[in-house]
Amino acid sequence: MAGYKPVAIQTYPILGEKITQDTQYWNNYKTPVQIKEFGAVSKVDFSPQPPYNYAVTASSRIHIYGRYSQEPIKTFSRFKDTAYCATFRQDGRLLVAGSEDGRVQLFDISGRAPLRQFEGHTKAVHTVDFTADKYHVVSGADDYTVKLWDIPNSKEVLTFKEHSDYVRCGCASKLNPDLFVTGSYDHTVKMFDARTNQSVISVEHGQPVESVLLFPSGGLLVSAGGRYVKVWDVLKGGQLLVSLKNHHKTVTCLCLGSSGQRLLSGSLDRKVKVYSTTSYKVVHSFDYAASILSLALAHEDETIVVGMTNGILSVKHRKSEAKKDSLPRRRRPAYRTFIKGKNYMKQRDDILINRPSKKHLELYDRDLKNFRISKALDRVLEPSCTIQTPEVTVSIIKELNRRGVLANALAGRDEKEISRVLNFLIRNLSQPRFAPVLINAAEIIIDIYLPVIGQSPVVDKKFLVLQGLVEKEIDYQRELLETLGMMDMLFATMTRKESTSILQHTSDGFPEKKKMES
Amino acid sequence: MVEEEGVRVVRCGGSELNFRRAVFSADSKYIFCVSGDFVKVYSTATEECVHILQGHRNLVTGIQLNPSNHLQLYSCSFDGTIKLWDYVDGILIKTFIVGHKLHALFAIARAEDSVFVTINKEKPDVFQLVSVKLPKSSSQEIEAKELSFVLDYINQSPKCIAFGHEGEYVAVVRDFYLSVYFFKKKKTSRFTLSSSRNKKRAKNNFTCVACHPKEDCIATGHKDGKIRLWRNFDDDKKYTYTCLHWHHDMVMDLAFSVTGTSLLSGGRESVLVEWRDAAEKNKEFLPRLGATIEHISVSPAGDLFCTSHSDNKIIVIHRNLEASAVIQGLVKDSNIFTGLMIDPRTKALVLNGKPGHLQFYSLQSDKQLYNLDIVQQEYINDYSLIQIELTKAAFGCYGNWLATVEQRQEKKTELEMQMKLWMYNKKTQGFVLNTKVNMPHEDHITALCFCNAEKSENPTLVTTSKDGHFKVWILTDDSDIYKKAVGWTCDFVGSYHKYQATNCCFSEDGSLLAVSFEEIVTIWDSETWELKCTFCQRAGKIRHLCFGRLTCSKYLLGATENGILCCWNLLSCALEWSAKLNVRVMEPDPNSENIAAVSRSSVGSDLFVFKPSEPRPLCIQKNISREEVQWGVFVPRDVPESFTSEAYQWLNRSQFYFLTKSQSLLTFSTKSPEEKLTPTSKQLLAEESLPNTPFYFILGKHRQQQHEKLNAALENELVQLPLTENIPAISELLHTPAHVLPSASFLCSMFVNSLLLSKESKSAEETPNDVDMEEEKESDDSDEENDFTEKVQDTDNTDLGEDIIHQLSKSEEKELRKFRKVDYSWITAL
Repeated sequence: MAGYKPVAIQTYPILGEKITQDTQYWNNYKTPVQIKEFGAVSKVDFSPQPPYNYAVTASSRIHIYGRYSQEPIKTFSRFKDTAYCATFRQDGRLLVAGSEDGRVQLFDISGRAPLRQFEGHTKAVHTVDFTADKYHVVSGADDYTVKLWDIPNSKEVLTFKEHSDYVRCGCASKLNPDLFVTGSYDHTVKMFDARTNQSVISVEHGQPVESVLLFPSGGLLVSAGGRYVKVWDVLKGGQLLVSLKNHHKTVTCLCLGSSGQRLLSGSLDRKVKVYSTTSYKVVHSFDYAASILSLALAHEDETIVVGMTNGILSVKHRKSEAKKDSLPRRRRPAYRTFIKGKNYMKQRDDILINRPSKKHLELYDRDLKNFRISKALDRVLEPSCTIQTPEVTVSIIKELNRRGVLANALAGRDEKEISRVLNFLIRNLSQPRFAPVLINAAEIIIDIYLPVIGQSPVVDKKFLVLQGLVEKEIDYQRELLETLGMMDMLFATMTRKESTSILQHTSDGFPEKKKMES
Repeated sequence: MVEEEGVRVVRCGGSELNFRRAVFSADSKYIFCVSGDFVKVYSTATEECVHILQGHRNLVTGIQLNPSNHLQLYSCSFDGTIKLWDYVDGILIKTFIVGHKLHALFAIARAEDSVFVTINKEKPDVFQLVSVKLPKSSSQEIEAKELSFVLDYINQSPKCIAFGHEGEYVAVVRDFYLSVYFFKKKKTSRFTLSSSRNKKRAKNNFTCVACHPKEDCIATGHKDGKIRLWRNFDDDKKYTYTCLHWHHDMVMDLAFSVTGTSLLSGGRESVLVEWRDAAEKNKEFLPRLGATIEHISVSPAGDLFCTSHSDNKIIVIHRNLEASAVIQGLVKDSNIFTGLMIDPRTKALVLNGKPGHLQFYSLQSDKQLYNLDIVQQEYINDYSLIQIELTKAAFGCYGNWLATVEQRQEKKTELEMQMKLWMYNKKTQGFVLNTKVNMPHEDHITALCFCNAEKSENPTLVTTSKDGHFKVWILTDDSDIYKKAVGWTCDFVGSYHKYQATNCCFSEDGSLLAVSFEEIVTIWDSETWELKCTFCQRAGKIRHLCFGRLTCSKYLLGATENGILCCWNLLSCALEWSAKLNVRVMEPDPNSENIAAVSRSSVGSDLFVFKPSEPRPLCIQKNISREEVQWGVFVPRDVPESFTSEAYQWLNRSQFYFLTKSQSLLTFSTKSPEEKLTPTSKQLLAEESLPNTPFYFILGKHRQQQHEKLNAALENELVQLPLTENIPAISELLHTPAHVLPSASFLCSMFVNSLLLSKESKSAEETPNDVDMEEEKESDDSDEENDFTEKVQDTDNTDLGEDIIHQLSKSEEKELRKFRKVDYSWITAL
């Protein structure tokens, strides 16, 4: 025979942001630490080696911050003009930076004075990077050239003059020492090979390119410029894979999540968006106070550092794993208790008889199953239930009403219990999704407790609050109806082609307007 | 060829199983229950209907095992006869003609040659219990006119009569008193409850009675839910009673177990209560039996109980209160809101079933296939409650989708409504809830229909409502990177001058949607949802709306409340024809252009079948039912019939079923459904000695065949029959499914033997042919076989020749083969 059917709890669509694994992951950061820099933060770069310090380029200084320090642990300030693009070498011991005067400087992390200076660019160098073999530096400058430098003898190895506008971004392949990519304001992204003296791939982005990024595998190339982020398949000779337009201002920076599954883009519209690299859909987005210029993620996504135009550096650290196990937990039965007999293999002549699985019932369902209606109502009126899951309480009230026993369940309550019910009504009566059920319950309560009104000041006060609430709601509904009427008039005056009206009015009105006894 | 005149309205299964108490056979293997004019015999183990005992001409009102021979069964009927059956073979043994309308039947071991029946005397509400002497005679039909009066003024229901203590007394209850008649003393004692005398409104009417099998104890059930146990009732003064109270509503039936140690009771609560030792505290319950318990009966062996329920169901229950089998007929308990539908997959009839359920009822086997729980809520059986009702349902996309609407309205303003969309899951072979829409409209939904066009890429559903809107719902892909999800969302909301939308219908190709708004029909383009045109005849609100099909797809039909049937031409946008017809049901045939309309007149319902292209009906069937026909549906036939007469050609490919107001399911047929059922029951008769499981039938039959084959094979061995004789047997063996065959070891020897035989016979004659096979590939086998038969025809000629051939060379052989192909048949003609 059919068993007891548990009460169906009405589910309501969750408004606002959907909770997904990604939102949980990306929201699991502490409140950001704000560090004031001297100018707009144009570049943030994490050291690839522990302890994962990061270099922040702002104005004419480069600050190195430790993971949790709010003060720079080191500062490089010997720039005559604005410094650009301080980048760590793969081993984390050297740092290279370009500058407004066209010089590229190489620093030792422990030293203060530059180890090398590469001179050759005639204009500001906005992008520098180490190649995969660690002994060369690539730089791109506003003189439209891209140069490859040799570190040991600080000489220029190659010069590429293929761009026809400022070269503002670039990155070197992590795998091949001879490959690197640059993006320019001439709307192109070019991939150069140091062995051929010329670009091997050139793709048209369509907007001035602000940032480029190569996937660790080297197979995919991401370029950002204008409002677009475009992904190119390098192995197919630079075929456009996908074009993303999720920002409404220029995208300025790109960054890959540690797992390689997520791509982050920062924009002047003050948002950082997180994309899945499989579907290229936005899975999460962060808001910041000012336009974003630079963005970096630490090893294992432990820290998100965002540099903004107003010189503020926002540093967010991941929350440490919640220590839930600190409380001494009740000893649970051992694992073998649960699998006891479950792993028995059926022999040849055995007949397997499964024990019917026991259906788990909620406590209120157990009460309802045994027709303990008042107790079931008491259970769902517990504060823990009414606050966290009011829909459960409402569903039980609805079920009691369906069974025709709501009046019985509400009757015979003392001051404390009735005030609990009234509290719940006051909190939820005005919510449209609960209103039809709760208005009915409120009417029943008023009918039942009318004779004893005036005996308890606490309950009387609650009734007054409820009355005020209902009056406010009635006023509100009236106003809404007036607005609807006005809108109808406006629509009626509009000339319309179609004779049919497809405008739909949804008014969750309170059909019953119950005045209360005070 | 079917006889043309034979088409008539026949009742189509679904008769009540719960009319009277079911009766167990002595060995508890079978259970008998009355079902309309028949008695049905079910197996308690398999729930399968084993026999249908037919012969009564009116409602069967009582059945009882013959106390002197437990392989026989008595039955009585409104047709005034008592029949004695051999239920094992399903044979009618004797018919006793009593002459009165018989309302109940009792047979007791003490009175061997007589049975007790309840008959009606003069006044409609006065019944008598009389004993009928059954004369001994060898003839089939015997008149039994020897009635002796026992008790007067009794209740019609057999629940109110009980024979106690091996037939020493009979206890009868009616209204407020219990009368006990002692056969030995020929004396009646009458007891009344004191409270009923004092208080006028006390609800302690007697409802049922049961007698203890061993002791002098009578249990009575009352309307207020109490059970009273009476003792010492042979003394008018010193009688006592104790009271048991658990039921909160009327006690519907009582039964003592065979030993009398426990008492079973049941009622509206749908809980079977077992009272042990007649004590209030020793109760056992079997709850949630689904519907009101109408009857309880106990098997003579004492191992099984059974309860009959108001939803046309019999539950067989073990002694330890575990339900073991459910025999479910067509549920007719509730109002039919959904109408009749056909599930495109199972071809089952679908309609409202148990409260909140949709039942799938197989028309072929007169059996409920399954129940689909739509409301999914605990059902509280109480008169005063307003239950959630399943009001609308529709199948779409070849049975892949099912839409249902359920609603509950307590007060005018408080309407609760839910629309649910169910998807058919191939893996679980059932419907799974996909989307739940709370309050899809602000008022009652009047109609819903799916777009069933073949090429429609996206499933579409339209709902119309009294709130003046119709909504178009489409299936949308809701999946993101985390999960795959499809759900239904509202795509379009349309209205027409705030009129109530009453009906909707898609054209056959799905390009047009017709929605009726009270008196006006609007046509919408299903691509753009633009209003294309409107039709208005000012002839009352549109009650039915449907498009023509196939060649008549340019016509739209509408039937109004004022009794006008209109047909519009969609190409010219004009009224094609109209007719005055008070249409109650209008159903298009899915297999043809035909449309059936059932009209209601003062005398009865008439059926008209017509094509939309011409106003003249193909067929008029007057007076198909005296009652109002509520719903109808065309059911496609598996095997097309071939009626030649023009009037019945519309029945060739589909069958028309309809449901009347009293919820009897009727159809048109040349033969009664019982006749159709007989072949299967005849087959069952053959295997009387076997336990009646379907598996056993198949296996047993094949065993017999195997035995026959084996015998045949043995004979073959002896007489050396040619191979051709053996072929059908082997082919049958090869064509029967493997899972029904006996074990391979059992078959092997026989099979190999038969093969060996054939090889021997072949090798004797065909070896010379084999040599030439490669050269004469093209000479077909049939040719050779022809040769063979020819040879047989004139054996004396060729047998001799064959012997010689063996010694001949290859070239000569070829020559001879050519010779053989020459027709020698002329020889015989000589």
